[in-house]
Amino acid sequence: MLSRDLKASQFDGYPPQARKLAAARVALLQQLPLGFLPLLLREIIVYDWKFPPERSEIEHQLAYLESRTPAERRTLLAGFEKLRLPPALESFDWVNEPVQFSEQLTTHLWATLQIDAFRTAAIDYVRTVNAAAPQSSPAMPRLSMVVLGKDVTENKYRLFRKLRPYGVYFNRVKPDNGLRILLDAAAARAQAHPAPYGHWYVDGGREEPVSSGGLVRFSYDSLAPARAALQDKMQKTFQSGMGPEAFRTLLARMHPSELGMADSPDAVLNRFQVSVLTEGSGTQIFSTTFVQWAAREAFRRAQPVTLLLRFAPRQRARPMNELLAETQRKPELDPEGSLVDADMGAYYTWLNQQRLAGAEKSSFLVWFEDHNEALAIGPAWARAGESSDPVDLRHLVKRVS
Amino acid sequence: MASTRGRKAVVVTFGGGARDEETFMPDGQENIPHLLTALMPRATFFSQIVNKGILGHYVATASLATGAYETFNNFAAVPPDRPTVFEYFRKDLKRPALDAWVVAPSNGFNRIGESGNRAYGRGWGAGVILPKRILAAALSSSEGPAYEHLLRDNYETPLYAPELGGNQVELHQMAEVLRLSVADFTAHARVLASPDELSVYIARQLMRQLAPSLLWITLHDIDIAHSGTYSLYLDAIQRTDRLCGEIWNNIQSEPEYAGKTNMFILPDFGRDSDDDAGGNGFQHHRTGDALSRTTWLMALGPGVRENTVVDRPAEPTDLVPTLGSLLGFDARLSQGKPLQEVL
Repeated sequence: MLSRDLKASQFDGYPPQARKLAAARVALLQQLPLGFLPLLLREIIVYDWKFPPERSEIEHQLAYLESRTPAERRTLLAGFEKLRLPPALESFDWVNEPVQFSEQLTTHLWATLQIDAFRTAAIDYVRTVNAAAPQSSPAMPRLSMVVLGKDVTENKYRLFRKLRPYGVYFNRVKPDNGLRILLDAAAARAQAHPAPYGHWYVDGGREEPVSSGGLVRFSYDSLAPARAALQDKMQKTFQSGMGPEAFRTLLARMHPSELGMADSPDAVLNRFQVSVLTEGSGTQIFSTTFVQWAAREAFRRAQPVTLLLRFAPRQRARPMNELLAETQRKPELDPEGSLVDADMGAYYTWLNQQRLAGAEKSSFLVWFEDHNEALAIGPAWARAGESSDPVDLRHLVKRVS
Repeated sequence: MASTRGRKAVVVTFGGGARDEETFMPDGQENIPHLLTALMPRATFFSQIVNKGILGHYVATASLATGAYETFNNFAAVPPDRPTVFEYFRKDLKRPALDAWVVAPSNGFNRIGESGNRAYGRGWGAGVILPKRILAAALSSSEGPAYEHLLRDNYETPLYAPELGGNQVELHQMAEVLRLSVADFTAHARVLASPDELSVYIARQLMRQLAPSLLWITLHDIDIAHSGTYSLYLDAIQRTDRLCGEIWNNIQSEPEYAGKTNMFILPDFGRDSDDDAGGNGFQHHRTGDALSRTTWLMALGPGVRENTVVDRPAEPTDLVPTLGSLLGFDARLSQGKPLQEVL
């Protein structure tokens, strides 16, 4: 089917809000090229489970496209229009299965060496659409706090190596009660500036108790039942001989109820957690990857103003079938390797934070748990600085908050 | 150009791609002491090898082996469309089957030794050894746990286990060809740290027993980066660096190879940059950005200028025609051009 043949009734299978959104704009959608439209539908079909900034972004995209003249739209989407697509993709049910369409489109683009042209078209499109409505700065300056190195007693790895040029490195931090100080700081921000999905705490081990109810929080341990269900499915798939592409499709279709998550009242967060486990590579088996990917996705999608991450030791590298049985046994942990993972994870978290609006006012604090090393970045701190003065974490938090 | 008579070549590729940042850039140099201090001074180093093809490990390695950008499904157990370097080498130079070998990491690479090209193809390819598969076949179920670290699966596609077919050598053949008993093989495997160590062990046996003129070793430990664990990715780079040094030392110490062997080392491609919001840095190679497409190549051996850096862009498809010029065959269907700097 081609775009021009699209009818509003074809969105009947969409969730309620997505259906309403798509059906109301069918005249616009009919005019979009097939190399582009299913990618937009891929976002619309999950509109009901999107975070507020994502919803705004989709609405803005649609409004922007509607506001263009047909000639302007053709120019904007010319890169997508030029893509050569095979008949098999045209006849695919891209209305109801846009995710699967986009997987097949990606394979086709790589195989026909059109991926670079697609990449250029996508970058140009996003740049143009974003320029029409720049993101507004957050209600309060953004703050990320990263805790890493749990259970590491001795470390020879030069920590924060990639972050040091951007902030001040402290080597005499008083570690007393450090984690609690950071948890309380996150809770206080959530309480002072309540916002839906505005403040997050993600733990790579067991979640610590937090006083504020305004904090979105979950942990590698809290998702153990879901991970166990997923690992079990992966094991069975592994044994069945299903290929990786079919498996990816299976993961993309995974519903929270299939992972035992149906009872949670927050469907948006539920879906987010499922996506972290099903779309992230390694998140199902390595807690360090879980935390890093969850943070990346939280920033990309929910754009929180507070993010507290705590990395914990991941299981040691083992053959895949053993890694997938993690929840059925007590795995051997690798605290030292996890510290290195988390150090890079902290750097990626800062990079992702800096991609959001208001980056110039954002702050970042990373601390080696129960040790004396920390690093702070933000308007309050010099770049490439170093301090050997004794300092309390409470003081650092106060300056970055 | 030096005479091609008696020349040999060993090619080492890294499936799994390594970024400059963790290798040749200042911060990464601590991970590659062997490449940097032992091999670089003896090498011509191409700093910009730009891969314009599909960034999937099997299809990219097949493209390296054919000298043309192959476009088949990365997850399909199919032979390359164009003739491989092994077919050019054997057919043009009338070399026997035992003179060209591939040691590859996993089942996905079992078809890499021989193309589906009608003018070449069947009977003209290289023997393919998949050491992990052979080890698995050699072990009884009770022995399995002691060797699990060597049977580690591919992290990008843990569910990929295609049917075998092609020129891969099975357990009993390995015992005959390498004159290596199953007991010796498994006993040695017990002390090795990773699948790539096993591959290099097999490569050494091949060099000692058969001394093939064309040996292709594909390492793959670095692929663990797909799991998102930076420390394991660094460990794999450090191990690969050490193994490259060992292979070079082996070439120098084996009389059949010393003084007449060129070695080429190159990752199949890079990995995503930290700066591309569409990727997740070192973890994958999905964005197709410049960093994921750009890697390096190191050439060593007789006739190659030492301690030389070439900064002009070249392509991985240039490797096969370069090997053709060195060994004396015509890679007529390849898309690349010989790297004149090493001829």
